Amino acid sequence: MKTSVQQINNLTIGFQSQKGQQISILKNINTTINKGETVGIVGESGSGKSTLALAMMGYVKHGLFTISGECMFHSNNLLEMNNKELENIRGRKIAMIPQNAGQSLTPNLKIGYQIDEALKLHTDLKKTDRDNKISELLNKVRLPSPETMAQRYPHELSGGQQQRVAVAMALAGSPELLLLDEPTTGLDVTTQAHVLELLNLIAKDTGTSMVYVSHDLGAIAQVSDRVIVMYSGEIVLDGPVRSILKNPIHPYTFGLLKSIPKLTLPGLPNSMSGSQPQPGSIKEGCSFYDRCEFADKNCKINSPELEYINDLNTHVRCFRHKELINQNELNSQTVKSIENKILKNEILDLSNVSISYAKQKFIEQLINKIEDKNPTVKDIDININKGETLALVGESGSGKSTILKSIAGLLKTKDGIIKFEKDKELSSDLRKRDPKFLRAIQLIFQNPDESLNPNHTVEEIVAQPLKLYFGLKGHELKEKIINVLDKVRLGKFYLTRYPRQLSGGEKQRVAVARAFAAKPDIILCDEVTSALDVSVQAAVLNLLQELKEDFGTTYIFVSHDLAVVRAISDRVAVLYQGRLCEIGPSKNVYKFPSHPYTEVLLGAVLEPDPDIKPKLVAEDIVEEKPPENGCSFQGRCPRILGDICKNEVPPWQSTENGNSIRCHIKIDDLKNQQTLN
Amino acid sequence: MKNKKEKQKNTFQKILEVIKTMASKPSGLIGLTILIFHVILAITSPLYVPYDYKAIDPSLMLNPPSSEFWFGTDSLGRDVFTRTILGGRTALTVTFFGSLIALLWGGSLGIFCGLVGGKIDDVVMRIIDAFLSIPWILAMLLIVSLLGTTTLVLIPALGFFYGKGIVRVARAATHDVIAKDFIVSARARGHSNISIIWNEILPNVRDAIMVEGAMRWSWMLLGFSSLSFLGFGVSPPTPDWGLMISNARGLMSFAYWAVLAPIVGLSSLIIGINLTADAFAKALGIDRSTKAPV
Repeated sequence: MKTSVQQINNLTIGFQSQKGQQISILKNINTTINKGETVGIVGESGSGKSTLALAMMGYVKHGLFTISGECMFHSNNLLEMNNKELENIRGRKIAMIPQNAGQSLTPNLKIGYQIDEALKLHTDLKKTDRDNKISELLNKVRLPSPETMAQRYPHELSGGQQQRVAVAMALAGSPELLLLDEPTTGLDVTTQAHVLELLNLIAKDTGTSMVYVSHDLGAIAQVSDRVIVMYSGEIVLDGPVRSILKNPIHPYTFGLLKSIPKLTLPGLPNSMSGSQPQPGSIKEGCSFYDRCEFADKNCKINSPELEYINDLNTHVRCFRHKELINQNELNSQTVKSIENKILKNEILDLSNVSISYAKQKFIEQLINKIEDKNPTVKDIDININKGETLALVGESGSGKSTILKSIAGLLKTKDGIIKFEKDKELSSDLRKRDPKFLRAIQLIFQNPDESLNPNHTVEEIVAQPLKLYFGLKGHELKEKIINVLDKVRLGKFYLTRYPRQLSGGEKQRVAVARAFAAKPDIILCDEVTSALDVSVQAAVLNLLQELKEDFGTTYIFVSHDLAVVRAISDRVAVLYQGRLCEIGPSKNVYKFPSHPYTEVLLGAVLEPDPDIKPKLVAEDIVEEKPPENGCSFQGRCPRILGDICKNEVPPWQSTENGNSIRCHIKIDDLKNQQTLN
Repeated sequence: MKNKKEKQKNTFQKILEVIKTMASKPSGLIGLTILIFHVILAITSPLYVPYDYKAIDPSLMLNPPSSEFWFGTDSLGRDVFTRTILGGRTALTVTFFGSLIALLWGGSLGIFCGLVGGKIDDVVMRIIDAFLSIPWILAMLLIVSLLGTTTLVLIPALGFFYGKGIVRVARAATHDVIAKDFIVSARARGHSNISIIWNEILPNVRDAIMVEGAMRWSWMLLGFSSLSFLGFGVSPPTPDWGLMISNARGLMSFAYWAVLAPIVGLSSLIIGINLTADAFAKALGIDRSTKAPV
């Protein structure tokens, strides 16, 4: 019999609406966290997963209150304790690691001091013992040279290192239970894989129980023993990680897994229709009824209970789970593979483009030139054909968004020429650009919350390009707006809504509609799906693809997510520190031989499958500046040859697959080395 | 055209909603009541004042409050009640229009600086800083003694000096939205600066600027009364609270009523405006006093 650390019984947490009704955010949660176990809680935004994690610490957000139930830590109910008692438990017995370590560390205190503070609070060690303990903790989280690290300030560390410090601080009180709220969400793919590996090691070493909250099934698959899937404030599935991710017996999990793009299965994933219901809007029946493919009449009237299935050691909340048990559809999943009509006409040509963020000196301003030997982005040569989808891939700081901005005219280029339709040179200054080229190139941004003016209605938002470029007015304008919204599957009644009244997916659809209203030739997509939930992401990707097929638009698609890029693009350009590493048809880039950096990136991709582990080949050091000489990737390259990489810019080499690699290592050698592993 | 009407109706509904929210909290309700009371008083008081405000009668000097003279009489035998209810008229008018001017020039300059940034912003803000370092009352005295104390001088002068602070607020509020993607998106589409200010920035900074303007109003009221107190605001015999306090302050020890009535008038109006401005800010969702979430 396993000993439990925490037991949650019938927990319901909610708030009082303005009309005086009690609305539940969490509904009747029952679960147990056992000793030494890592439990992943997964769900889309608004599913109540963070509220549940906070309740496990005995904390209920302001405005919410416990309606019923208890949260037992050993034999004490955390939700009934007073602050004094909770202080003794928090940090010592239960610790939490927040999402953004950069913001949770105090910026003007040294790392060592901050860990020392945690130790003072949670242990009774003396000064010298504490100093030793700090080194020990920093060692434990695999930070290099702990002594010097302790003397640094948070801003001197990279995102991954900051997150490691947060882990060290949480471990300071040797807690029995560690709560992690989306601890890797803001990190780069390679860093994320390293942090997850660290968490696995710590779980093994210390025997701490962990609760890992995330929306990312890939990350959950790597760390968890058990997975809890939440939907609309309820646990819908709770069981061992393998059975849940490989053979889900709840339709929601099933749909969720199908909507994740995977490297192993190229093509656009199927999207789940609809969105999560608002809290309090479900009166009767199953909360997933509206989106469920398997629902019948019974599901509409009665709400299913959490049922235990002995064979699978799984709890499930579904009437029809039996029909799903033997469905192996997940393995024979079909995806829509994309086929774009690519014309041979070149639509955009970047030659030798360099971009610098360096400040111009006075004399340079006079002669309108920038002297910067080591610009942020250098020597970019890309041709884009009409109707093509080109993806720019790289980690943060790789210059992919910078290139987009220059194409849009928002950022001046230092050198190089951007040509539109072969012969029309685009000025890198927006004000000097011809309005018809401005219309031809439209942008879609990452975060629709920021890209839509909160004080404009949907009608006003979509009207802007129509008024600006086509001078439409009155009736004609309104008709056109309705027409454009219809293209992105938004009905007439959205016209008067404000962005805050829309869901994330709907907002992004409005942003897409605004871009398409200008009838552009090229759309620049800057991480358009990374702020969205997976089921919504699939829908937006599908929408973009359909629109492309209708209008023949060319996309330049920037993303850090290799699986998404694989799903939607024809051609991929891999960037590191503002330099091109590899470019070629996407189906070939994902095959070996490839540039060592592409290899590192591909190895770090997390698939929602516990049996596919990421391959960590390089250290996750973050370089702030590109090297002045030689190959851009020399600092982290696992296959570095020696001085030649440090002194000489590598040449372009073509592989038999048709992609070009910029590396000193001979193609055949690369192929041999990479296929060996 | 139908569209425009609809929009007007929407704006009207929004204003009504804001006022409703303001009145739903006791402090907002009290503030609004005081403010509305003062405004109504200022508009209607000439219709029902019991006595002539400039009628001097040496035989009635410094009479204490009585059923005949509710607030007593002053050192020249004038009725204090009459002068008190009339005394807010000039102050309210001058400061109201002064605040409007402050709001307009401060707001537009602030937004402009926030939008263009760079050198122009630097230069303008240093000039504003330089003005902020000059004691405004000295500068005001200079202006007033050169140009006279007519309302046509006072309104723009007060408006100028109280608009400097609004420049900073408007600039900061603009900086908040300027980095947002919807502005970048409007720029990439090729909208002109004016169109960006009008359509994208103004709706997002309007609330902050209006709340700041409301706060400035109460400060300006105090400033205007100080000027009158020093003899540079309203010229006698026009009744004014600042002037009344100044005239009666020497006799405070034995004729408290002559100084108390204008003080109550002035401070209640300032408190009323402050409470209203706070409630206004809360109703618009700009809470100046909420604590950071724990």
